[in-house]
Amino acid sequence: MTEFNTTGTSASELIRNSAAQLAEKLAAREVSAVEVTQAHLDRIAAVDGGDRGVHAFLHVNTEEALAVAAEVDTIRAAGGAAAEELHALAGVPIAVKDLIVTIGQPTTAGSKILEGWRSPYDATVVKKLRAAKMPILGKTNLDEFAMGSSTEHSAFGPTRNPWDLDRIPGGSGGGSAAAVAAFEAPLALGTDTGGSIRQPGAVTGTVGVKPTYGGVSRYGAIAMASSLDQIGPVSRTVLDSALLHQVIGGHDPFDSTSLPDPLADLVAAARIGNIEGMKIGIIKELHGEGYQAGVENRFNESLELLKQAGAEIVEVSCPNFKYALGAYYLIMPSEASSNLAKFDGVRYGLRVLPEDAPMTIERVMGATRAAGFGDEVKRRIILGTYALSAGYYDAYYGSAQKVRTLIQRDFEAAFAKADVLVSPTAPTTAFKLGEKLDDPLAMYLNDVATIPANMAGVPGLSLPGGLADEDGLPVGIQLLAPAREDARLYRVGAVLESLLEAKWGGPILASAPSLTELVTSHGGSR
Amino acid sequence: MAAINRDDVAHLARLAHIEMSPDELDRMAGELAVIVDAVKSVSEAAGDDVPATSHPIPLTNIFREDVVGHTFTAEEALSGAPDAHENRFKVPAILDED
Amino acid sequence: MSDAILTFDEAMEKYDPVLGFEVHVELNTKTKMFSSAPNVFGDEPNTNVNEVDLGMPGVLPVLNKTAVESSIKIGLALNCKIAENCRFARKNYFYPDTPKNFQTSQYDEPIAYDGYLDIELSDGTVFRVEIERAHMEEDAGKLTHMGGSAGRIQGADYSLVDYNRAGVPLVEIVTKPIQGAGSRAPELAKAYVAAVREIVKNLGVSDARMERGNVRCDANVSLRPHGRERFGIRSETKNVNSLRAVEHAVRYEIQRHAAVLDSGEPVVQETRHWHEDTRTTTSGRAKSDADDYRYFPEPDLVPVVASREWVEELRATLPEPPAERRKRLQSDWGYSDLEFRDVVNAGVMDEIEETIAAGATASVARKWWMGEIVGRAKNADVDPGQLGVAPATIVELNKMVEDGKINNKMATEVLDGVLAGEGTPAEIVEKRGLAVVSDDGPLLEAIDAALAAQPDVANKIRGGKVQAIGAIVGGVMKATRGQADAGRVRELILEKLGVEG
Repeated sequence: MTEFNTTGTSASELIRNSAAQLAEKLAAREVSAVEVTQAHLDRIAAVDGGDRGVHAFLHVNTEEALAVAAEVDTIRAAGGAAAEELHALAGVPIAVKDLIVTIGQPTTAGSKILEGWRSPYDATVVKKLRAAKMPILGKTNLDEFAMGSSTEHSAFGPTRNPWDLDRIPGGSGGGSAAAVAAFEAPLALGTDTGGSIRQPGAVTGTVGVKPTYGGVSRYGAIAMASSLDQIGPVSRTVLDSALLHQVIGGHDPFDSTSLPDPLADLVAAARIGNIEGMKIGIIKELHGEGYQAGVENRFNESLELLKQAGAEIVEVSCPNFKYALGAYYLIMPSEASSNLAKFDGVRYGLRVLPEDAPMTIERVMGATRAAGFGDEVKRRIILGTYALSAGYYDAYYGSAQKVRTLIQRDFEAAFAKADVLVSPTAPTTAFKLGEKLDDPLAMYLNDVATIPANMAGVPGLSLPGGLADEDGLPVGIQLLAPAREDARLYRVGAVLESLLEAKWGGPILASAPSLTELVTSHGGSR
Repeated sequence: MAAINRDDVAHLARLAHIEMSPDELDRMAGELAVIVDAVKSVSEAAGDDVPATSHPIPLTNIFREDVVGHTFTAEEALSGAPDAHENRFKVPAILDED
Repeated sequence: MSDAILTFDEAMEKYDPVLGFEVHVELNTKTKMFSSAPNVFGDEPNTNVNEVDLGMPGVLPVLNKTAVESSIKIGLALNCKIAENCRFARKNYFYPDTPKNFQTSQYDEPIAYDGYLDIELSDGTVFRVEIERAHMEEDAGKLTHMGGSAGRIQGADYSLVDYNRAGVPLVEIVTKPIQGAGSRAPELAKAYVAAVREIVKNLGVSDARMERGNVRCDANVSLRPHGRERFGIRSETKNVNSLRAVEHAVRYEIQRHAAVLDSGEPVVQETRHWHEDTRTTTSGRAKSDADDYRYFPEPDLVPVVASREWVEELRATLPEPPAERRKRLQSDWGYSDLEFRDVVNAGVMDEIEETIAAGATASVARKWWMGEIVGRAKNADVDPGQLGVAPATIVELNKMVEDGKINNKMATEVLDGVLAGEGTPAEIVEKRGLAVVSDDGPLLEAIDAALAAQPDVANKIRGGKVQAIGAIVGGVMKATRGQADAGRVRELILEKLGVEG
């Protein structure tokens, strides 16, 4: 590595740069895109594999990533119009959640049923990454079909939290969050149906954003619950998320639910640096009882900082949020039961033959789905089938859709009083691997604060709010804005982030374990 | 609302085309009963006057012009097929119909 | 095992039939309902598909605007109300021809509802069929059953799936229960489907070729004793895909239901399969709890709002309705009421129109279709339009007759040759050596011989009894094996005998 470091920046320092910093150094030709990409690939090789590795990646895309990086370097070296036209993030590598389809790499959705499948098409967001010439480092681990809050439901083994390798990295996008937290990638893509970007962000000390529903194309994200799913950015800084959001956002004619509105200048919003006079609403129902003391403390500190920055803190009440989790666990499995019907062993993916006669297609479908899906996926499919079935639709799915209306009304009332709402992202810090695996309900409660945003389609951002006193693990602060007002999240988030960094003496992730013990015991094992 | 029992789960598993062993049915019935109990308050949350929301952001009339776009070759279409014959997907017999 | 049936008359004596139809119309848009893959019939398997049609992971549907407009036009032509706001829903069921294992359809919010269609029966009676709804949905792929007995699903070893048809836009037109047709039920069934077919073809929104499955009919039949209000249990005969089959299937099901009811057994609510070869139905799948389709609003598509302005814009583009068109055509062609009704009942109005457009006169077109083709179609047991006679063939044949190249008798022979696939009329005339003998030399020889053979007749003609000439002409025609032009023969005889004609 060292012979490439003409700027004197070592590989281990390179990976600690934010995407914005890397972009600057690349533009100034202080480092090459190949150097940056190779540094991250080396980090992945050092910390991701082995029994005690982070296991953020299901697939590492070494050759293609380096080829894209080399192309960027060639264009930049040649100068002229082509170099001028390079995207600001050209050459900045990124990891992609393995729920998002990519040509040339496997896409598994964390499931055995898609093991070995290769997509013949790219997701719209992947096309946009390719257009920006961002090297794709690989595909990150997730709970099977994004169903879970710990990444333990991946068919390919759990991801470990870089802060404590015996703890969960959150889920479903634990792989993307852990990859960014472990400096294996400066940026990642996640998907968020009930908190799958924000909750992993909270427990790994990273930033994650669920955009307004329709703000980023879902085309090519393997659907769990179509009316709740959103793709969004994962990063270490608020500005980096804004930069990535700016790449992937905007209208897509291939997604009927994609907003036709032009994308706001989110990067500019993240750079405003001032929230004076803004009204920040505390959601009465989303803190206090049921929230870990250390989470509550960090939350209260953030409120203080926001106040010091000149924001007005108001309290709002969202009484119907108490139904959100229940309604979510009816709508999400209902839509999932239908979305996952296509995995049947006919057109692609796994086919399993029944062990006994008769060998009919119905039995092949039944055996394939029995063998290909894990327990949590089966549980949700059966629950969703139940909620939609004759005689139960009105009581379950129908009622849940009405609750959705009530939650939207709560948000409307709250946003009449406040520009942005704030809450803890998750009720606790990262729990131990295996701790909640046999208790689905306890697992579902992790999403209590993140679900309302998906139900109403409003955008949410989670940023690290410091470490909990009792366990020294990261705590997430969630900001929520009205639909189409994602820019407010970046404006407030960037200000809060800088105040928190001042308070903690630097980025929270700077105090994460270096994982050097992994480097010594497993370095280069992949 | 009635509690969910093993027969219900067996019926739902058939509808969902997931073969389940007797043990699995028992376990699933127990787990689902707990979850269904936890979500049942939803059915009492909203009155009849509350409309249902199916899409979080209301949009209407999103159309595509009737213009031909890309297609796959048969080879591409069948590239991931577990079984194929003469450029078509091959499946075991369908006996459901007689 | 074949089912017991009563005669149709017996069935009618005891029972009153109630009908219902679900007609699926494939739209002739350039692309599919929800994807930009081409909507084309008959191409190589699995080539008119992209990731959307194959139900690949991650795909999303986007609605074809032209398909929506076509659907609204169909609704308007069926005198329906057009929903100001409607949505799609998912109909969930597993079947290998359905790539997502759900069909994107409309459930409780069809785009068109509450319409009617006035159906004219063969004797001119008008019967009103009420339309419950017309909704948008997508077609499934095509399954071919291999091994076992002759492509039937029963006993097949395996099946092959081609998804070219998957996602082709469909409009499903559903009637309200049709009561009071009595013994006219089979005729009404055929006339109703013919009317729907005529409407969608006339609108230009479907190719409306039943033999290609562009228009497909599911026929519901139930019987109730005369005087009872409550409907009986119905059967649904699937995929009855020609006009004649619709008539026959309804008639058969009436006869079968009557026998079941007579035996004291309940009718089973089930789907039935129509068999064209035996003109019977066999039991399909019984209604079961597997029919729990778990409909819910399609989250990947947004509602369709048909503003009144848009609907009126579309209404203004509608072509002349078929009933008015019929009036106009009869007047243009100068057919009598009886002639025109025969043409309509024979199902050759469109064909005659096309033949006239290809250059024939109205009377020539009628002569060929009614005089030659309808009879042949009946013998072959197909609809006349499906016999394989192109309008251009008729024009070509007629021109040959008018030019005196062949006579009428030869022309029918050539038509048979065309139908037997021997080639174009010109090729067949050439191949078979058919030609009116026009060289006078051989004719004069034959005339001399005929006159010599019948001197008495020759004398009569010379004496002014010109009407006796038939015997001589007949002799000449016989000698030339019918290849002579009888008119020319007559002229030559008179010339030879020095008599004014």
